[in-house]
Amino acid sequence: MPERGLVKKHTVRAFDQELARLARHVTEMGALVERQVALAVRALVERDEEAAATVIGRDDAVDELEEAIDQEAIHILATRQPVAIDLRMVAMALKISNDLERTSDYAVNIAKRARRLAEQPQLKPFVTIPRMAEICQRMVKEVLDAYVERDPDKAMAAWHRDDEVDQLYTSLFRELLTYILEDPRTTGTCIDLMFIAKNLERIGDHATNIAEKVHYIVHGDLINRMRKTKA
Amino acid sequence: MSETGLPTTDGRRLIAAARRRDLLFAGIGLAVLFVATAVLLALVLDLVLTGAPHIDLDFLTSYPSRRASRAGILPAWVGSALVMLVTAALAIPFGIAAGLYLEEYAPRNRVTDVIEINITNLAGVPSIIYGLLALGVFVYGFRLGETILVAGMVLALLVLPVIVVATREALRSIPREVREAAFALGADKWQTVSMYLLPAARPGILTGIIVALARAIGETAPLVTIGALTFIAFLPPPPITAQPPFVSFEWLGSPFTVLPIQMFNWISRPQAAFHELAAAAGVVLLVMTLAMNGLAIYIRYRARRLLG
Amino acid sequence: MTLAAPLPAEPAPPSARPDEARPAEIRAKAAVEDLSFWYGPKQVLFSISMPVAEGCVTALIGPSGCGKSTFLRCFNRMHDLYPGNRYAGRILLEPEGIDIIGPKTDPMVPRMRIGMVFQKPNPFPKSIYENVAAGLRIRGVRSRTVLDAQVEKSLRRAALWEEVKDRLHASAHTLSGGQQQRLCIARALAPEPELLLLDEPTSALDPIATAHIEELIDELSRRYTIVVVTHNMQQAARISRFTAFFHLGRLIEFGPTEEVFTRPRETMTQDYITGRFG
Repeated sequence: MPERGLVKKHTVRAFDQELARLARHVTEMGALVERQVALAVRALVERDEEAAATVIGRDDAVDELEEAIDQEAIHILATRQPVAIDLRMVAMALKISNDLERTSDYAVNIAKRARRLAEQPQLKPFVTIPRMAEICQRMVKEVLDAYVERDPDKAMAAWHRDDEVDQLYTSLFRELLTYILEDPRTTGTCIDLMFIAKNLERIGDHATNIAEKVHYIVHGDLINRMRKTKA
Repeated sequence: MSETGLPTTDGRRLIAAARRRDLLFAGIGLAVLFVATAVLLALVLDLVLTGAPHIDLDFLTSYPSRRASRAGILPAWVGSALVMLVTAALAIPFGIAAGLYLEEYAPRNRVTDVIEINITNLAGVPSIIYGLLALGVFVYGFRLGETILVAGMVLALLVLPVIVVATREALRSIPREVREAAFALGADKWQTVSMYLLPAARPGILTGIIVALARAIGETAPLVTIGALTFIAFLPPPPITAQPPFVSFEWLGSPFTVLPIQMFNWISRPQAAFHELAAAAGVVLLVMTLAMNGLAIYIRYRARRLLG
Repeated sequence: MTLAAPLPAEPAPPSARPDEARPAEIRAKAAVEDLSFWYGPKQVLFSISMPVAEGCVTALIGPSGCGKSTFLRCFNRMHDLYPGNRYAGRILLEPEGIDIIGPKTDPMVPRMRIGMVFQKPNPFPKSIYENVAAGLRIRGVRSRTVLDAQVEKSLRRAALWEEVKDRLHASAHTLSGGQQQRLCIARALAPEPELLLLDEPTSALDPIATAHIEELIDELSRRYTIVVVTHNMQQAARISRFTAFFHLGRLIEFGPTEEVFTRPRETMTQDYITGRFG
């Protein structure tokens, strides 16, 4: 496997510039989505109305970036016929931007429900959701750092954290069920929380996907086999 | 000088100067060509004007005579034709074979180099030297006499280098790919040569043959040396006979004369009438050469047409 | 022998794709073992070992002067046509294991079994028919019926029949460049070779003629074992099953094309195929 970090410049300099711009846009989009997740979590945990509004308002910017990335990637595919590391980078830019766009959608969803929850009295043991949110937010940040640094080890560390999210999600499900049984009036709130947890869990999944793509960009082999052993 | 260090000459002036140079050169070339062609044309025209009135059937079918009005060139042109036949029959196969061997078969070593240098130099040896050689070896050595056979042999020897060199050049100019394609198909050397290289080389070889025979037909010196007759009043035995096997080679052993010798003979006489006859013989010689070239050019054209 | 045996470097990493996981079924048509080659005193190939998979297209890529064409021309002893060349090592032609470059092997033996198509279309200065029939005539075939049938079959396989069937006796030089190259392919196919060598067969052709030839190579690969030298990496990626990357007379990487073009093992290969060379 060619060593990373030693990748030389292309003979055609414009190609290098195009690849650099594509990577920059993915990074930019990542940073934006990372903030989306963070703000959504704040809106939820701190009942921050303003944060929720910001998240919802910024979704268009995310969509625009995704579109730009799609166009750039397709342009490179059409004009440069990239292979090997370049092909992996361009193809994964397409897929990562898709993951990021979904992540942003979930953040928007969380923000909307957070706004509604803010009107309700807070449920007492509000612990698991913030914990989940914190892990997810960290995962998103770490896989994006891994993307920027082309560091598959870092990506895989984040990738393994998804187990924890899944476990928290399962335990939260049982917890909320108990609340509903204790006091059926909390049903609405609990369902909102349920959906938020589901959204967080999906954000974790997308972060996992991005981690796998970082691995693929660097190593060139797909990671499905490992996932099987994990399951 | 501008800031860039390049002269700031107006481009148009450079172009105009270049165009003037081209025009000047084209003008000189045209002038030289014109002078050369004009001289040649004048000579040929003079020859034709002087000689043509004398050319008729009688001239072609009569033997030479002491009286200009009755003299003809029958033995001379028949002799020329027969000598050419022998020359062609010897020089073409041997020349092509030698060229083929040197180009395709001969190992690259010192012996081959020596042979090559010799062949190239032979082309430059004065023709009278060949005549002396033939006189010594063929006429006296082999006791072949002053015959058409010896004449054909000496002329063949004389033009052999031309055909050898032309054959080699023609083979060498065949794209490497054709040779490789034949070998890649599994052909052996002889198949490659006979099926692909020779046909492809045919135009070039034919050009060589034209040049060679044109030189041979005009040669006088070596034939005089071996003892061609200047005055002859009989024809060699005919090559085709009425009795089986219908082909005879007796003519090979016959004494002979040729057109250039006949011309030389006439020119050296004092009477102006004979000079005119010499011109007429010259015209016939020209026509024979042109006919030979024409035939070769036609064959070459056919060969080229298949080459595409 | 199977392909897995003479792989040059470490074995390819186990693949995730199921359709690649059956190399055992592919047999070697030829095996190159430790091949070196010298033009006079200059060594141009250095200990090359690689298999040629039967019934597959193997592409040879690399920058100009890397030795890929020289390597290809070892298979039919083309270098024997010029003095001063020297081989070392072995090229075994399966199934009998004849050593193509062995000093006791007559160069005619491999040439009778291996066809070649050159970089520049090089039809003989003869008719279309005679060009295709050339290999058969060389092998002493005289029967008109056999020749006619084989000429038609070869022209059909080279996807040229429909275009030339009405002018088989016209000069081959009346054809376009692309047609001439297909004619050369037909000529190489007529004697039914076991192995087909293509030396940059499309480098002198326009994109449409190139597409025709590529389509043809794809079609032919069902029936023949093909080794193709190409400057065009996309072409190698499109048409070949295995790819060998040469650099300065050395085999840098050999493997399934899929892997070489998505995740090459060697940095040098990656630099070359992605356009980061020199």
